[in-house]
Amino acid sequence: MFQVRIHGRGGQGVVTGAEMLSIAAFLEGKHAQAFPSFGSERTGAPVVAFCRIDTKEIRLREPIMAPDALIIQDPTLLQSVDVFQGLKKDGYILLNSGRGFDALGIGEFVADFRQDRICCLPATEIAIKHLGRPMPNAVLLGGFAAISGAITLESVHAAIRDKFSGKVADANVAAATDAFETVKSFINKEAAHA
Amino acid sequence: MLKQTEGSHGVAEAIALCRPEVICAYPISPQTHIVEGLGEMVKAGELRAEYLNVESEFAAMSVAIGSSAAGARTYTATASQGLLFMVEAVYNASGLGLPIVMTVANRAIGAPINIWNDHTDTMSQRDCGWIQLFAETNQEAMDLHIQAFKLAEEMSLPVMVCMDGFILTHAYERLDVPSQEQVDAYLPPFEPRQVLDPAQPVSIGAMVGPEAFTEVRYLAHAKQMQALERIPELAEEFQQVFGREAGGLVRPYKMDGAETVVIALGSVLGTIKDVVDEMQEAGHSIGVLGITSFRPFPLDAIRAALKGAKRVVVLEKCFAVGVGGIVATNVRMALDGTGQEVLTVVAGLGGRSITKDSLTHTFLEAMDDKLGAMTFMDLDHGIVNRVLEHERKVRRSGPIAENVLRDVGTVASKIA
Repeated sequence: MFQVRIHGRGGQGVVTGAEMLSIAAFLEGKHAQAFPSFGSERTGAPVVAFCRIDTKEIRLREPIMAPDALIIQDPTLLQSVDVFQGLKKDGYILLNSGRGFDALGIGEFVADFRQDRICCLPATEIAIKHLGRPMPNAVLLGGFAAISGAITLESVHAAIRDKFSGKVADANVAAATDAFETVKSFINKEAAHA
Repeated sequence: MLKQTEGSHGVAEAIALCRPEVICAYPISPQTHIVEGLGEMVKAGELRAEYLNVESEFAAMSVAIGSSAAGARTYTATASQGLLFMVEAVYNASGLGLPIVMTVANRAIGAPINIWNDHTDTMSQRDCGWIQLFAETNQEAMDLHIQAFKLAEEMSLPVMVCMDGFILTHAYERLDVPSQEQVDAYLPPFEPRQVLDPAQPVSIGAMVGPEAFTEVRYLAHAKQMQALERIPELAEEFQQVFGREAGGLVRPYKMDGAETVVIALGSVLGTIKDVVDEMQEAGHSIGVLGITSFRPFPLDAIRAALKGAKRVVVLEKCFAVGVGGIVATNVRMALDGTGQEVLTVVAGLGGRSITKDSLTHTFLEAMDDKLGAMTFMDLDHGIVNRVLEHERKVRRSGPIAENVLRDVGTVASKIA
């Protein structure tokens, strides 16, 4: 079982992000379960959503306390929420920031993780470029497909089109593709350094 | 057809396939996406039904009573305080024998205000005369609604389908949505036992005095006993048409020869099954019995299923304040005279996560004879004792909920 936890704030499409991730996995013939942490349905309040992916039926209903991957939609959460709680040492971190881990003050912390599995992605900037609004959820899923390989970019596109239609879907598909390529180029640079 | 969708949306699709004629709901929290989804289908012309936006939950059930008595297949949904607000009409629906189907997205009851999942809402209505079926998964929630209309209309009794609020209603998972042909093959058109028909006028809702009240009430009980026979048959018929298991009275899981059996209702059974798989691999003798039909309560089926078990751990998401477990009390009735030990574990109140770790720890304690007769899983005794100590010292000790919250501190930084 592959378990993903998504952190963000109310209004950033955190729950929809987890749902789209589950749809993408479903389209690849897998079992997937997405659910939000409930209650704080206020704009700006910290929100957590979860997605489990497996090849067999998922019966477990507890929150994801030891994730294989983290998607952090808002870097300002680093000061207020223990977003890294339980993350496995070989886990993935995809953080929405154009600044990099060092500038965010967590360079030392992430040094222990596999460097090809962690990435800062300027998802808000990519979202504004394609959508005209700071909605980073689908963008990050494109990036997540690139860094984790848990889902393909094509499945992310299909999941976006399942949730949205028309121009909104087109813009999100373009943004997710942009993010996928951006993350791939980061990883290639990392590989060249290594 | 397989779909990845939200539990509430799946149930809305299942309801639509049952061809309801009247849907009424009060559209405020606590309400579910189910009636929202049905409203969209009616507005888009995909579902031909009378959709009534009523002014309260009391009105919702009152409208359901009226439309069902007029011979229309009737559906509504509610949760938590909404269920309590309609209670007088809930009793009338069952007392009059009207086959309304209602989803309850199980949630806690305030005060303190709490929007999260537990079973306190429907358990408060366990004696109201409705049939109560509990869904383990979203697939089963869909399937139970299809069975519920058939059961309700055959028995002329209302059916409550209970599904865990948020944990199921808001979860996205794989659902097999049946075809209209399958549902039509299983569920015949509604032929009411009683109907307000101007061509053949009757009155429904007589005043009944002491001379006949006992007989009318006894027949309500007798009907539930009939349902006890019919529920397993309907599950069997369902499997023949749809090719999968759903419903029935109880569902045993890896119980063969198990010394300890865990009993529960609803979605927590999934987590419990994962725990039991791991414990069996580690050599422990433990199994699971899920209860699908809570009303009528299958005393004989439970007694038979538990034959040979040394102890029974009943895990429930509610309790009767001042006494203890509710499900456990019913299970004790089923085991009357057998001498089998029944332990109550209260867990998941007001949305507290039920984790594999806590379940494993609790079950191991039970097997070591260290678990008390009544346990509140993951209760923070420190906080409770500090509040009690404060009350001993200070006369104007203040509101308990606020005192506990102050002690707990900020919760935003915690994941679970």
